[in-house]
Amino acid sequence: MRTLEGQGVTKYFGGLAAVSNVDFHVDRGEIVGLIGPNGAGKTTLFNLTSGALPLSSGEITFKGQKIRGLKPHRVCKMGVSRTFQETKVFGNMPVLQNVLVGAFFGSPNRISAADAAREASQALEFVGLSAMAGNSIQDLTLVSQKRVEVARALATRPELLLLDELMAGLNPAEVSEAMELVAKIRDTGITIFIVEHVMKAIMGICERIMVLHHGEKIAEGTPQEIASNKTVIEIYLGEETHAGS
Amino acid sequence: MDIIRLFTTHRKLLAVGSLLLILIFLTTFPLYGNDYYIRLLTTILMYTVLAVSWAMFSGATGYMSLATAAFFGVGVMTTAFLEGTLPFLVIIVIGGLLASALAFLIGLVTLRLRGVYFAIFSFGFVMFIGEIVFYIDTHILHNIWGHNLTPPDPGVLLYMMLGLVVVTLVTIYFIRRSRYGLALLSIGGNEEAAKHMGINTTRTKVILFTISAVFMGAAGAIFAPAIIHIQARIAFNIFNSFLPILMAIFGGMGQFYGPVVGAFVFGYLDAALKVEFQQYFMLGFGIILILVILFLPNGLAGLVPMLQGKLGGVIAKWRKGGEAEQHANT
Repeated sequence: MRTLEGQGVTKYFGGLAAVSNVDFHVDRGEIVGLIGPNGAGKTTLFNLTSGALPLSSGEITFKGQKIRGLKPHRVCKMGVSRTFQETKVFGNMPVLQNVLVGAFFGSPNRISAADAAREASQALEFVGLSAMAGNSIQDLTLVSQKRVEVARALATRPELLLLDELMAGLNPAEVSEAMELVAKIRDTGITIFIVEHVMKAIMGICERIMVLHHGEKIAEGTPQEIASNKTVIEIYLGEETHAGS
Repeated sequence: MDIIRLFTTHRKLLAVGSLLLILIFLTTFPLYGNDYYIRLLTTILMYTVLAVSWAMFSGATGYMSLATAAFFGVGVMTTAFLEGTLPFLVIIVIGGLLASALAFLIGLVTLRLRGVYFAIFSFGFVMFIGEIVFYIDTHILHNIWGHNLTPPDPGVLLYMMLGLVVVTLVTIYFIRRSRYGLALLSIGGNEEAAKHMGINTTRTKVILFTISAVFMGAAGAIFAPAIIHIQARIAFNIFNSFLPILMAIFGGMGQFYGPVVGAFVFGYLDAALKVEFQQYFMLGFGIILILVILFLPNGLAGLVPMLQGKLGGVIAKWRKGGEAEQHANT
């Protein structure tokens, strides 16, 4: 079953096509990776999916329902939740409160304060941050703040979770912890669409990967297929030699 | 020991008790206070309403509204126009509703503006509406000399303002504790994230902005008779936008009672310094404000947890010392 499907997804910023005529789909229970060089349009595609940006043309559907024209809070209540590339935590409240916001407002039905509190502490426990519940979010490391974002997204009870560079800036030990977390989330039945730069991680956990370059989809397939795809290698190697010079 | 226990375990009781004491003091004040102090107290209570309702919205969301004076002015003008035609209580309600209707319209149009743009717009709005009302009042309705209201009994005015303060505080206390309070706070924390967590941020902002203006308008309607001679340009004085903000910052916006403390201390200082140093009072004011911002970033209310921390440390040390002594004795 298609959880998320995009057809001819296009986004212009002025004259520049950030995402251009991309068809994609994420099936229920999958972990799908989205990779590509900087500026390829990965985050833009996420922003189009979560309703943060309006589509220029094309259509995105979640479980057959159109997302086009919906505001982010509607999309969230439909069952799509996300984290952000640059962490966007609520700096003016403690950790548990951050997650509580997701629990309170994210579900389609109005829930009681007691239920929201239970939901929030469960989500916090799930990401392994129960001990920090009362701390100020500002005191947490970036790694932990990203985990709080995951907990906050989980507290909205999503069916689809968009993870935007969860592992950027993490050391190898933290990366494997984060990979475990992603797998654990999938095991609870949540479909995952993930943008990531850490190749080891993306190759290790994704069932399918799609590659964006200059806003266009240039490849799609299993991790093995992507790893041996000539165009993909050229783009990444090309970038590396460029960066090295 | 018992006193310490009283402060640590019966905090709620203590809070309610002191609240009652303050309320008794305020309600009995007209019996022994002279007219000057009754008027001063009324003014302070008026600023309390403005500061608390301003902090409810702007303190939480970070949207710096300078439109307070506009909503207050609408209340004042409502009384100026309607005095004598309707019961005063009805006029107060009308004043509040008119102000909130205005806030609703303004909110719809401008609450999408971020940061300083919203502040500038709301500032300009006060000027704009002040001039419009002034023009209508003098040129179309020909109230060239403004409105002279019947001088009220200062005690009655104090009671009315006190009633409004209680209503405002109770309402805002519950709003802050409700899911709307959490939604407002999350907008202040990160609006983009708040949207993605299922919060209809536009609706939340407009509704709460509208509610905050009800109290501001009602405060203006009650306070109008104290001004005695009313002109639109006096009613829409932009200082009524700035003072509540200073009071809220002065008292501290993190705590519910911060703006209340701020309004009382600031309001009293304002009056006292004005009498003592007519020329220099603003200077003294400025210095005090700078000191507070430098050393008490959380305002006067920030003193409480700070002192609690220090005091708690001292108590803990003292207890440990006692235990150590006992150990030494055994």
